[in-house]
Amino acid sequence: MATPLVVETPVIRRRTQTGDIVARWVVTVFAAVILFVTALIVYQLWIGSEPSRLKSGFAFLTSSKWNPVTEEFGALPFIYGTVVTSVLALLISVPLGVGAAIYLAELAPAGLSNGLTFLVELLAAIPSVIYGLLGFLTVVPLMRSYVEPFLKSALGFLPLFKGPSFGVGFLTAGVVLSIMTVPYIISVSRESLLAVPREQREAALALGATRWEATWQVVVPYAKLGIFGSIFLSLARALGETMAVTMVIGNDPKISASLLAPGYSIAAVVANEFSEATGAIYQAALVELGLVLFVLTILINAVARLMIVATTRKGSKRS
Amino acid sequence: MKRRLLTCGVLLAAGASIAAAQKINAAGATFPAAIYQTWFEQYHKLHPGIEINYQSIGSGGGIAQLTGGTVDFGASDMPMTDDQLSKLKVKAFHFPTVLGAVVPTYNIPGVSADLKFTPESLAGIFLGTITKWNDSRLTKDNPGVKFPNEEIQVVHRSEGSGTTFVWTDYLSKVSPEWKSKVGANTSVSWPVGLGGRGNEGVAGLLKQTPNSIGYVELVWAAQNKLATGLVKNAAGNFVKAGVESVTEAAAGAAKEIPADFRISITNAPGKQAFPISSFTYLLIPSKIPDAAKTDAIKGFLQWMLADGQKYAAGLYYAPLPKEIVAKETRQIAQINAPGAPAGKGK
Repeated sequence: MATPLVVETPVIRRRTQTGDIVARWVVTVFAAVILFVTALIVYQLWIGSEPSRLKSGFAFLTSSKWNPVTEEFGALPFIYGTVVTSVLALLISVPLGVGAAIYLAELAPAGLSNGLTFLVELLAAIPSVIYGLLGFLTVVPLMRSYVEPFLKSALGFLPLFKGPSFGVGFLTAGVVLSIMTVPYIISVSRESLLAVPREQREAALALGATRWEATWQVVVPYAKLGIFGSIFLSLARALGETMAVTMVIGNDPKISASLLAPGYSIAAVVANEFSEATGAIYQAALVELGLVLFVLTILINAVARLMIVATTRKGSKRS
Repeated sequence: MKRRLLTCGVLLAAGASIAAAQKINAAGATFPAAIYQTWFEQYHKLHPGIEINYQSIGSGGGIAQLTGGTVDFGASDMPMTDDQLSKLKVKAFHFPTVLGAVVPTYNIPGVSADLKFTPESLAGIFLGTITKWNDSRLTKDNPGVKFPNEEIQVVHRSEGSGTTFVWTDYLSKVSPEWKSKVGANTSVSWPVGLGGRGNEGVAGLLKQTPNSIGYVELVWAAQNKLATGLVKNAAGNFVKAGVESVTEAAAGAAKEIPADFRISITNAPGKQAFPISSFTYLLIPSKIPDAAKTDAIKGFLQWMLADGQKYAAGLYYAPLPKEIVAKETRQIAQINAPGAPAGKGK
């Protein structure tokens, strides 16, 4: 009885080994494709931006002049606009999204939770140009007629809320972006909250924690990585969003302390000006803006990842 | 299974018949896209064997694709610059097709009259030196209009466009200050104002912003019934933009038009000429290797200059004046002519 078993085992092993090797190569190639595409993008951006890089050098990053007529190009107002609108968007969407996710995962009855989650996923699937149109037709008039006058009367002593109310500008772009990014945060955060093992909650409750204490001190920290992941996803969307932003930001390449002032973002200017960009330097400058956005995204993601590492370490030390 | 085979066969047959037809690819300006689509459709009805596919990707894109040789001909709202021409492998002819105009449009609560603008006041508003609607430079041309004591909100196009080129080209011609400070291009460094994407973006911002002024294509303003201003022309008359006044601008400029048609007709002479008018062009290679294609393109150009012009006014484009049509007809003969300067311009 023992002999045939011994004979059979190597056959099975050999078969799985070949399958393993094939599978290993297939998935490695798939992974390599990602690397290849990324490398190709960087290469193309680098090559395409050469005339502009040679002409402007580092001044490209520090100059705030953008004049296609005289071919003087500086990226600073666009970098500023991109960062400011994305930060504003996250300031609004992170508390809102994480809060809603906690409700959906921990407190809401199952039926309601599933229904609302379906709606959230529907929101995430709406094309950005629709958000832009809604923003332009409804958010902009609301901002100009109500929100901005209110902010000016209540907080007008701050430089952040000075100047005329156009309705379009950094703040409006931030608000529209936050509406667009909230579904991502809710959807991914809820999934990771639901993935927290039941025992964690039960242990906390058994130790005498209230429902909220168990949620906030045990479940949320456990799901922290997933929640951060959702924030990255929405940050990436906010940084690269084009159509919705260009429709509500005012498209004026200026750096203003006031959030009510019109501005411009990198993705928006590239989309707006590329099709009619005449002249080699002009086109190269727009490609270089693409390169800047790429680097900016990497930098911001790196900083965010460092933040995660720092906070998770702190968390593990404490426990 | 059988049915699937059958559909395959039908598809193949359809593919074969399309391949037999003369397919021509073109790309370029968005402003004349409406009339180009109409033309190509009508021409296809008359000549089912010829199919012209037009992608309205913008003038810059049209020039780039023509330079790259990926289209049979291009289209642009602006004449190509010498620098752009020098990059072409095969010299291209400019064929003006129709005319368009750019008009000032505004939203001032309580003002419904057609406002009159001098070149100086338009330049002043867009430079930011005229900041209020009740400025004497505006009130003196518009007696009887009650202007509010409000800041002027300027709105311009945010994306690069032929419309912006025509507008800034006009301002550069009439205002030395504009020429030195801003200049003319498809997009410029605006001294003041908000940017809206496309005609619809500008019109939308104007509608939402009280006391605002902007500029849009005549076609757009007419279709959407926007309040448009009269502009003082070179002859000193305030003229409203319309099909006749735009065609007259071209007729006024026709005498001085160079042989290659590369001319800006903003601020044109002519008593009733609307000063912010411009040609839009097809860019046709002077050497087309394929004989059948050459005949198709030449045939279309002939038709476009004759029967095609009738479609223009219905779509709010101004038809070409007779003088220009005659000159262009002579240029058609130069395509693939034995003495045509192929590869010249380098």
